[in-house]
Amino acid sequence: MTCSSMIARLFTALALLLAPLPALADDTASFVYLGVDGDPYYEPQPVYTGLSLKDRHRPVDGARLALKGTRVLQRALGIGFEMEEVLLPPDASAAEAVRAAREGGALAVLLDLPEDRMEEVLAREGDKGLLFNIRHVAGRWRGPDCAPMLLHTIPSRSMLTDALAQHLRSRGWTRILLLTGDAPEDQEEAEAIRRSAAKFGLRIVAEREFVLTNDPRQRDSSNIALLTGPPAHDVIWLADTEGEYGRYVPYATYSPRPVVGTEGLSALAWHWTWERHGAPQLNQRFRRLAERDMRSEDWAAWVAARAIIEGVAQTSSVDPLQIAETIRSGDFRLDLYKGVRGSFRKWDGQLRQPILLATHNAVIERGPVDGFEHRVDTLDTLGADEMESPCTP
Amino acid sequence: MKIICLAGGFWLLLAPGALAQGSGMAFVANERDDTLTILAPDHTVVEQMEACARPRGMHFSADRTEFFVACADDDQIAIYDTATRALLRRIRGVPAPETFDLHPDGRRLIVSNEEDATATVYDVETGELLGEYETGEEPEGVQVTSDGRLVFVASEAANLVHVIDLDADAVVADILVDTRPRRFALTPDERELWVSAELAGIVDIIDVETLRIVGDIAFLPTGFRPEQVTPVDLMITADGSRAYVALGRANHVAVVDVRRREVIDYILVGKRAWGLALSADERTLYVANGLSDDVSVIDTGSLRPITTIPVGRVPYDVLIDDR
Repeated sequence: MTCSSMIARLFTALALLLAPLPALADDTASFVYLGVDGDPYYEPQPVYTGLSLKDRHRPVDGARLALKGTRVLQRALGIGFEMEEVLLPPDASAAEAVRAAREGGALAVLLDLPEDRMEEVLAREGDKGLLFNIRHVAGRWRGPDCAPMLLHTIPSRSMLTDALAQHLRSRGWTRILLLTGDAPEDQEEAEAIRRSAAKFGLRIVAEREFVLTNDPRQRDSSNIALLTGPPAHDVIWLADTEGEYGRYVPYATYSPRPVVGTEGLSALAWHWTWERHGAPQLNQRFRRLAERDMRSEDWAAWVAARAIIEGVAQTSSVDPLQIAETIRSGDFRLDLYKGVRGSFRKWDGQLRQPILLATHNAVIERGPVDGFEHRVDTLDTLGADEMESPCTP
Repeated sequence: MKIICLAGGFWLLLAPGALAQGSGMAFVANERDDTLTILAPDHTVVEQMEACARPRGMHFSADRTEFFVACADDDQIAIYDTATRALLRRIRGVPAPETFDLHPDGRRLIVSNEEDATATVYDVETGELLGEYETGEEPEGVQVTSDGRLVFVASEAANLVHVIDLDADAVVADILVDTRPRRFALTPDERELWVSAELAGIVDIIDVETLRIVGDIAFLPTGFRPEQVTPVDLMITADGSRAYVALGRANHVAVVDVRRREVIDYILVGKRAWGLALSADERTLYVANGLSDDVSVIDTGSLRPITTIPVGRVPYDVLIDDR
């Protein structure tokens, strides 16, 4: 027991004497963070000369931060909060762990799992307790592989490319040179870019696949100047999820054109320099706790935990069904620190949210960009709208 | 007004004319370029003076000869001479102060510490830390009752209004309110506490006696969507008839009939209207527009803007030296 929570209890005791307070039961609202021990996703992935382009950290820090903020809420509600952090042994069943959490009274499980473990969990537990995807942007989890109880706090890939497309449209940079790698994820990214370009009236004037090689016989698909030559274009949109090719593209192009996508101006759920809507406080709190900058996945874990906490606060209960219903209802209001309140889409469980368009050290724009309207909610101009959602849970 | 005058320490609300003093200058805290802009009564810029790191909330001392500025990024409260605007002294070691209110005793300053999840009490003469209370994350608005007994502190991130009893030296209640509570206004009879809920786009009304929410007022200027309406600062006139609410991203100030709890009008101002200040005669309303770096000046008789004055970057709060 920390000193500060002792203080919180002391305050509660005093408060009891002096004024009427709501629910004073000793209930505990618990949820689970579920990851896999030794998950290759979090292993260092050094490139040539030992550099690390992707230094990934477990987003559980985000959820820890949200939990840390509940001390005083506990005083107000008479409900305590706790998170169990589970790292599965490599051969253990993730679905089994989710079932155990649900039966143990957990209100929800934050899933930080590789794709095969996600499949396993959704097949057996996808329609039971509340689940949060805090890691995968892929469309499949919001489309063919969606599940009734699965919510996503990390934006979908199409939300990210839509936000970037809106920005290009509003700047009038409508002629796009699409540069992609051959990795499956690059191809998914390219597909999302094509859809966003069509949705917002951008024209892909050429689409080229790069190859990482110094082989002079393949010069036309490895040399950046050759790859970025005519036809005339306004902007180069990169789909290189690994980043080893893309990082050399800016300033090395045939014509002076900006680079967007996986390099240059990128679409993100969160950025460490975001300075509006209380974001500096959130960034500073996170930095103090985790000793690093908050990234999109950390934010997604934080906001998933916040959703659970807010669900408990709004219902003043620890009843999983009631809380799940509240969180999934259209009028749920979640403070995202991005200026507008968040809620979850009924059709695919995706959290509606603004998207930040940022360079390495500044947020240039926030999508939805001004001028893009929607008949119901401006946030639904980003990602799969109700009519086009392939999710039929 | 006379009755209010009898309440100790509340002479600041004296009727206009009775004790009309001050230079008529308005001070604007610009949080992004660490300056104060000084505006003359004719709405011209007199000076833009260096202040401290990220100046935010401001408040006069009890006798108005000094004013306090919360310096969020260098953890102090700077105290200036009202007439000369010279820096007199600092209260140091105040973690990330955002806004504050002065106790009617004129000595105790109650400060919200945004990054520490606390409200702290300082002696403005000695700078001594007198008390500390745990709040939810990101405490913001602070309001002391005129009898000096209760302090209300809004916690933005926890959606709570904390009620501190200074005599009992304890937090006596935590009231759940709507999303992202920011600032307060008390009705003159102090029966109702109004609190703006920024992300809910409404003002919650709390009954001070029972500490329960008894009503709310929603805002929606023509042409805006509910999610664009983000109320922050609010003020209630001395006769308790009218309230002004700065609507943030909706770029308007709402004018509210307090008794009916109804919006009378919306006044178009600059971008992201936050801070409000009323002149002593209540005929002029100043509005700090954070994202257009200017201050709108509104004639409260006609409810029309008179002028807009360019100030420093990201103006946060306005203080008028006219009483």
